[in-house]
Amino acid sequence: MQADVELISVTKRYGGGAVAVDNVSLAIPPGSYCCLLGPSGCGKTSTLRMIAGHEEVSEGDILLAGRNVTDMAPAQRGTAMMFQSYALFPHLTALENVAFGPRMRGVAKAERLKRAGEFLDLVQLGTMAGRLPSQLSGGQQQRVALARALITHPKVLLLDEPLSALDPFLRTQMREELKRLQRELGITFIHVTHGQEEAMALSDIAVVMEGGRIVQAAHPREVFERPASAFVARFIGGHNVLALPPGSFAVRTDRCRLVPSGGQISGTVTAIEYQGAAVRVVVACPDGQAAEALLPDGLFHAAPVAPGDAVSLGWEAADAHLLATHHAA
Amino acid sequence: MRRSALFSWLQAAPLALVLAVFLLVPMAMLVIVSFFDYDSYSLIPDFVLTNYRESFSSAVTWRTFGKTLWFAGLTWVITFGIGFWVAYYLAFVVRGDMPRMVLFVLCTVPFWTSNLIRMIAWVPFLGRNGLMNSALIGMGAINKPLEFLLFSDFAVVLAFVHLYTLFMVVPVFNTMLRIDRRLLEAARDAGAGFWQTLWCVILPLTKPGIGIGSIFVVVLVMGDFATVRLMSGGQSASVGLMISNQIGLMQYPAAAANAVGLLAMVLLLMAAILRAIDIRREL
Repeated sequence: MQADVELISVTKRYGGGAVAVDNVSLAIPPGSYCCLLGPSGCGKTSTLRMIAGHEEVSEGDILLAGRNVTDMAPAQRGTAMMFQSYALFPHLTALENVAFGPRMRGVAKAERLKRAGEFLDLVQLGTMAGRLPSQLSGGQQQRVALARALITHPKVLLLDEPLSALDPFLRTQMREELKRLQRELGITFIHVTHGQEEAMALSDIAVVMEGGRIVQAAHPREVFERPASAFVARFIGGHNVLALPPGSFAVRTDRCRLVPSGGQISGTVTAIEYQGAAVRVVVACPDGQAAEALLPDGLFHAAPVAPGDAVSLGWEAADAHLLATHHAA
Repeated sequence: MRRSALFSWLQAAPLALVLAVFLLVPMAMLVIVSFFDYDSYSLIPDFVLTNYRESFSSAVTWRTFGKTLWFAGLTWVITFGIGFWVAYYLAFVVRGDMPRMVLFVLCTVPFWTSNLIRMIAWVPFLGRNGLMNSALIGMGAINKPLEFLLFSDFAVVLAFVHLYTLFMVVPVFNTMLRIDRRLLEAARDAGAGFWQTLWCVILPLTKPGIGIGSIFVVVLVMGDFATVRLMSGGQSASVGLMISNQIGLMQYPAAAANAVGLLAMVLLLMAAILRAIDIRREL
């Protein structure tokens, strides 16, 4: 099947010679939810902005549905972008904001306002049509931004850290809604985030970036179970990255258990964190490495330990995931 | 009265006092004097309407008011046309805060000398045998000097534009700087071209600055008399110049009546501008 979005050796160089995106290639199948994930400065936002057409591509090509769009204006590409902090027009009402795209394309007023109303209903904001952005809450502004992006019927929706400005409760709710919309509309969403939890919850493909390159692009389950490098294992979380005689490897903290003796590594407990369903136990080893175990609460409370106790940490050999010492660049 | 209320009144008092002494009292005096009678030597306290009747029954007064409005309107159109694009260039085209500030300061350089000097500087340039005419004759573009360059309405408006464009640039530039750049990207993303972005996003968001700049320019031009006298060589008149001449002739009540008329006109214009544009967002 032809990819919806394809990046071919895309590079972004800024004026000072700094390379933001370094020779990135990626194919995203149609109708998928793709998350670009990484710490700040990893090039994920530059990549998104190049796909949107708001940033020039220094080298390489961008294909949307098989069409080379590298040098096209944003509106010609069939993409729409939802900006971080929403970028709603402060002088226009919610309805007029949503109707902005059709207005620019010369759709008659009655027609575009009717369509804008339908899209406001789609994001459950039909009753707020007459309000200015400053009279809307953060979550409502976001819905308006979403409706404004969707009204142009994009083939690909680009979202730049859409959830970062929301409080945690709203974020979870909005996350479900994004996923629902993506499923119902059947279009590709590309979503930039620095939150691994967000990426795991939403994506069909999680693209982990580091230093302008893609270090792993796969289903989040694949990324979580077989991280491609120590960086990925650390960034995605829930892993101990350890160096023991066979080499460097990652092991999931929830697969680690406290054993009386004879575990793979030993040390002293430095911290215990109660998390409700689980308890996190941090162990410092004499050789300077730190590891942690995420124990189900029942298991922990059956044999509790306290900070300062000497413990041994063990796991099934099959759970240790060997990491290549130098990941392919 | 509660203590805190008294304190608030005390805090507001100094400004209220300044405004009362330097604004309200002189205005009241102006209005009172406009009803006085006068002869060649003295003011005669009275309540007569003759000053207004004489002034506003004369076609010359109405023509002068019309001319003043025309100067203000033309100057506004040109200063807005130039000022908007200068501000646009500074705010959106120039990259980086440092070059932007340098260019902005460069715009203010003419303001380091007085208005009068800047006006007089035009004389050797525009005069009958001035630089402009000499150059044009030298190039063979014309064979006798252009007369309209100096001591004409053209010269007056040119001087106004030169003097007051910056008063349009500064508030417009200031408002434009506050426009979130992502809004322009969002407009482009929605398919807006350059002119559509300008018309549908930048212009509405720049309105408060345009309003403030317009008030500056209109008020300055309406009250002017020196520029009109100097640059028109006495061949044109404005209300300000008319008032100034009446003061020279010691006709204070007549001058006061015209001043009240001018004040009324300026206030009406301000009301119209403020009605069209909500500048409170900017203050």
